[in-house]
Amino acid sequence: MGTLAEEILGAPAGEYVDRRVDRAYAHDGTGVLAREAWLSIGTGAFPDPDHRYLIFDHIVPANTSLTADLQKELRVFARQQGMHLSDVGGGVCHQVMAEGYALPGEVIVGADSHSCTLGAFGAFATGVGATDMAGIWATGETWFRVPETTGVFLDGALTGAAAAKDVALAYVSALGMDGATYRALEFVGEGAGGLSMADRLTLSNMAVETGAKAGMFYADAVTREYLAGFGHAVEEQTPVDGYRQEVTLDLGDIEPLLALPPRVDTVCPVAEKEGLAVDQVFLGTCTCGRYEDLEAFARIVRGKKVTVRTVVVPASRAVLTRAASTWVLPALIEAGCAVGTPGCGPCLGAHMGVIGEGEVCLSTANRNFRNRMGVGGEIYLASPQTAAATALAGEIRSPEGCL
Amino acid sequence: MKGEGHAVCLGRDIDTDLIIAGRYLRTKDRSVWAAHVFEDLDPTLAGRLAGAVIVAGPNFGCGSSREQAAVALKEAGVVAVAAPTFARIFFRNAVNIGLLVLECEIPCHEGEAVRFDLDEGWIEAGGTRRPLRPLSPRMREILRSGGLVPYLSGGHG
Repeated sequence: MGTLAEEILGAPAGEYVDRRVDRAYAHDGTGVLAREAWLSIGTGAFPDPDHRYLIFDHIVPANTSLTADLQKELRVFARQQGMHLSDVGGGVCHQVMAEGYALPGEVIVGADSHSCTLGAFGAFATGVGATDMAGIWATGETWFRVPETTGVFLDGALTGAAAAKDVALAYVSALGMDGATYRALEFVGEGAGGLSMADRLTLSNMAVETGAKAGMFYADAVTREYLAGFGHAVEEQTPVDGYRQEVTLDLGDIEPLLALPPRVDTVCPVAEKEGLAVDQVFLGTCTCGRYEDLEAFARIVRGKKVTVRTVVVPASRAVLTRAASTWVLPALIEAGCAVGTPGCGPCLGAHMGVIGEGEVCLSTANRNFRNRMGVGGEIYLASPQTAAATALAGEIRSPEGCL
Repeated sequence: MKGEGHAVCLGRDIDTDLIIAGRYLRTKDRSVWAAHVFEDLDPTLAGRLAGAVIVAGPNFGCGSSREQAAVALKEAGVVAVAAPTFARIFFRNAVNIGLLVLECEIPCHEGEAVRFDLDEGWIEAGGTRRPLRPLSPRMREILRSGGLVPYLSGGHG
């Protein structure tokens, strides 16, 4: 028996395999070029449209005539091919897929680097570019090199103000930005089993920040229960015995962390940067835009007022709907947050919430590359809890005193 | 598949946001990407890329899956990109659009002539010859076809 990646891809690490893709998805960013490439392939074949998804999340709603025209073309294309279409307001592609469109053991490919998010379900889920997606649209399959696997062993349980995002920053820091290039990560151990589905999605999401092509959890009772909520009955997966541990983290030791600009792997305790003034706080994205993240943030700002501009973008319509049906959304709005359309929001600096030169944003996203959210701006990455404490203070603040 | 060009030296972990910023993605006009390639890293770089072999540090092309990054380099006239390791999505994208990517360890001196032969598996600069890590047979075939689109429309797959 091999690693989860080897089991799902059906070959030992290092081999090249052709695999049918169980589900494939693209968004309004990568879909444009994928459509062009598919048309250029010219065979007209589009197998299995029932498992192909086009999800509008990057620039939603459209901001210019040019964007609107590109989106219009894509919308027409998706309908012609009979793909699932999640239009403006549906949410970030990875979260939309995480709401019942990703199952253990599947091969899932997304035309976005953070497609590794869906590894949280015990699927082999990975990101590709536009032309690879066009090839999958045209043939139903693609090639993979079966990856070697780095085991991330999680012990214990989170305590205090520490969150899954802090664990994600800790393992990215431990491995480095290319520590798992060409490899897969598997999150195992007692600590992994104790994490909620939302927490697992946060951890799997950031696997690509270490260069990994996948970041997987074994499907267990937590996975089964979550997917049962979407009408799926799934089997649990058996972890490999004698798993090779390469990174070990005791969740009980994790404290609130920050990734400093411009590298995701330059990480320090929030406490070391307390007092640094910020201009914007951003809560959202495929990393930390789920209901649990909004709730954790809202619990801290409830009944208070944020003192810097704070942008909240729920990861999906389902997240927004749930937040609207509880105390969470009213608490966020009353605290002074600007709530945006479900989607990627300002994460990639292409639309809304862009920061100005010399401005600092504390964000719950996954990347803090130079100029990513706006030319001359700096991005600190942190958990929703740290984002909330920071939004109240107007400067970087650990959430430890807020609980 | 061989070629040569002048070396343009870059550091490690060059991300795809630095290759082409998110603000330039909303178009199908490839000349826009070529015009703004590496703008946030060094605005003078775009003008020096025609006929260049980029010799970069490890993890070239990390970050976003945006294929525009590979397309921008090709459109700007880059002959090949050499680096000890590449982020895997960028690597696939490059092969898929017919941009040569060379996995190797080679010292870089700005402007110096770099030669390579993918079939024979070597790269040479400043009198030093180093081996290239071989591509998989599939990737070689895709590159030889000029990319995945011509590969698939030519009857493969």
